[in-house]
Amino acid sequence: MSMATATIQPVERENYLNKEYGVGSWLFTTDHKRIALLYLISITFFFFIGGFFALLIRLELLTPASDLVQADTYNKLFTMHGMVMVFFFLIPSIPAVLGNFLVPMMIGAKDLAFPRINLLSWYLYIIGGIMMLHCMLTGGVDTGWTFYTPFSTAYSNTKIVEAGLAIFVTGFSSILTGLNFVVTIHRMRAPGMTWSRLPLFIWAHYATSIIQILGTPVIAITIVLVAAERALHLGIFDPRLGGDPLLFQHLFWFYSHPAVYIMILPSMGVVTEIIACFARKRIFGYSFVAFSSIAIAVFGFLVWAHHMFVAGISVYAALVFSLLSYAVAVPSAVKVFNWTATLYKGSIHYDAPMLYAFGFIGLFTMGGLTGLFLAALGIDVHVTDTYFVIAHFHYIMVGGALMGYLGGLHFWWPKISGRLYPEGWARLAALIVFLGFNLTFFPQFVLGYLGMPRRYADYSHMPEFQVLNVLSTAGATVLGVGYLLPMLYFLWSMRYGKPAPDNPWKAAGLEWMTTSPPTTFNFETEPVVTWEAYNYDEIDSAHKQEVKVVG
Amino acid sequence: MFDNFPLWPDRASAAAGNVDALFIFLLIVSGLMSLLIFSALLYFAARYRHRRGVLAEQIEGSTPLELTWSVVPFMVFMVIFVWGAVVFFKSRTPPRDSTEVYVVAKQWMWKLEHSEGQREINELHVPVGRDVKLIMTSQDVIHSFFIPAFRMKQDVLPGRYTLAWFRATKPGTYHLFCAEYCGTQHSGMIGSIIVMEPAQFEAWMSGSPAGPLSASGEKIFAELGCVTCHRADTPGRGPNLEGIFGKPVQLEDGRTITADENYIRESILDPGSKVVSGFKPVMPTFQGLVSEEQLNALVAYVKSLSQPVATSTRTAAATQQDNSRAAGSQVQ
Repeated sequence: MSMATATIQPVERENYLNKEYGVGSWLFTTDHKRIALLYLISITFFFFIGGFFALLIRLELLTPASDLVQADTYNKLFTMHGMVMVFFFLIPSIPAVLGNFLVPMMIGAKDLAFPRINLLSWYLYIIGGIMMLHCMLTGGVDTGWTFYTPFSTAYSNTKIVEAGLAIFVTGFSSILTGLNFVVTIHRMRAPGMTWSRLPLFIWAHYATSIIQILGTPVIAITIVLVAAERALHLGIFDPRLGGDPLLFQHLFWFYSHPAVYIMILPSMGVVTEIIACFARKRIFGYSFVAFSSIAIAVFGFLVWAHHMFVAGISVYAALVFSLLSYAVAVPSAVKVFNWTATLYKGSIHYDAPMLYAFGFIGLFTMGGLTGLFLAALGIDVHVTDTYFVIAHFHYIMVGGALMGYLGGLHFWWPKISGRLYPEGWARLAALIVFLGFNLTFFPQFVLGYLGMPRRYADYSHMPEFQVLNVLSTAGATVLGVGYLLPMLYFLWSMRYGKPAPDNPWKAAGLEWMTTSPPTTFNFETEPVVTWEAYNYDEIDSAHKQEVKVVG
Repeated sequence: MFDNFPLWPDRASAAAGNVDALFIFLLIVSGLMSLLIFSALLYFAARYRHRRGVLAEQIEGSTPLELTWSVVPFMVFMVIFVWGAVVFFKSRTPPRDSTEVYVVAKQWMWKLEHSEGQREINELHVPVGRDVKLIMTSQDVIHSFFIPAFRMKQDVLPGRYTLAWFRATKPGTYHLFCAEYCGTQHSGMIGSIIVMEPAQFEAWMSGSPAGPLSASGEKIFAELGCVTCHRADTPGRGPNLEGIFGKPVQLEDGRTITADENYIRESILDPGSKVVSGFKPVMPTFQGLVSEEQLNALVAYVKSLSQPVATSTRTAAATQQDNSRAAGSQVQ
């Protein structure tokens, strides 16, 4: 729909942004919306750090020889890229920014159940982040973000304990966010907001929160064990001390596989909201989409050893984990089919958020389908630990999770900032991101099947890999431009953007029934919900009648 | 041009064709699935784009459709699963009477030793058409033995043996990579697999004066004094090792396990952990006293005690061919 319908608002009303001024009013705020903005600023900072590392990695791989940086530096670059992007950007991205901002509003609540714990979670994130920055500035880590033992506990000379502790602390911020969401969704829904009327964004966040609460403690324990072995020489993972290196991998992936769903489930929630709005439709198969989120969260805990098919586990264990991995693929496929079916007989608009949603479906489908390759035991043997895996999980975590995050930022930006972003630029950025992404990562599928191993600083003995690497690096620069653009025009719009009406998209959902930006307690009076989620028929027919009366 | 820009890896082992066939099947399946989804998306996106005055038609959902698009993909997934499992099982089960090569990985090199005694570093010479079993361990961190042209990869762990096997089908020189990140020179831990015609290979093998690995194992066995307890002539303080390899062993705690490479290895390094029934845990550990290479020689020696008198490589190869022919006919 066109932004031209935006009406200029009268004198600026009081809202959560202008209620108080000063650094203190932000650092001590308990307003979920202000905390969401604090997270937005912090994760954007880490995103560009992680992105900078990615750019250096791609530049090094432009030529086969290890010539831009030394091998040790390269190893640190991909390690820090992974750690920053996973723990300091992707995991908090949608839950801590969009979830924090929207979960209370979507269910008609004033705030999260524990506003102070919410602020605490941001401080924990910042403390962890500062520890990670300190670690990077004073030497960094070279183990890969996977910390495999006994390399990490006995052989690497880098700052493993410090990096581990940074992740340990940040993990608690993730647990607290999840805990807050679960309690809020259970206890603070407005009258009439039954479970079956919840937006699917809420279902997705509920499923995500369960994983955060149950999974994150396991990585925390694992980090403590790594630190204990490294510092105190307790024999846990190192066979020379009587430990078992595979135990580490089991523990690590028990968290780190579900962590992928921490990244992708909220993104699926965002995309569901966007598709319903821009197709002006109820989501096809609401309950199937809702329960598929829960199914993904549950099955996600049962597939971890598919990262270990060649690690030395028994063939029978491999068989079970391969089978279960196909089970988790079904609810993901169900979602894609339901989104597609939602478009059927819709009235589809192509604003920037919808372009991101389309991009999400395309890239997530590619990522999901290549997951079928990796879950097939016979193929995994060849492609695991090659660029095929790199391409696959970037399609899911960058193509999927990040597209959803950007789509969501555009969709709710008028609500968050009270301003409209420049639509033309936003559509252009969506296109650039989509093209740049595919150019970066599609060649890596081919590279992987050819056999190029991941984490190689130097491939001068394999010049045949260069053409594909050059393509990938070219794509990465395009992708970088695509990510810089939104940051620039979002910043621009905060000052120069047109003031946003309360509901610029004529979207369903309680968050659109309050002002833009909302007041500190979101609603003047507690809303009472008497309608189903995605009641676009009512919204659009009401609007039509209005038009008639006017005409 | 395609020398510099290949799109498909060399196919040089018996397993490679199986993996490629499944990969191509998956390309077709996922190609069809994406075609279905993307064409539906694009068609709906074009056909149902917003028109002034035309409202969207609300549809609640459809349980039969939901079941269809859950069950049909699941059945397709099961076909992929079973096929993948079959390929995997074949690639994980070394045929009997394979030629054995011991692999010791360390930061950042591959040390390889043929059971005939030839040693190589970062290079492995193998003949076409013979099954080669790799018995691998690491001196330090986890590595992974990866030959893309053979579609074969297996992590190599410290403190235990992992096994892999291949049968090369095409002469040539192929990449050997370390595929598990192992530190600074991880990308330098590469080498070559040189596949030769059998005659050439025989010539290459005879170029080295080294005796078989089991012979050096026998020497170490005597030097370390193992022979004083593990005797073949009279009952000693330790079990008689003749003929035990590959056989079930009754343990003191009641369990029965198979005496494989890992069991022999563990019994040398940590003798107290799995004591054979009827014997006292009196054997001292040899942890730190034997290198990985010596350990491999000892294992090779113990294994040789369970084989009929060493046959020449040629007859071994001949038996091998008979076996694989027999195995092939069983499959059919």
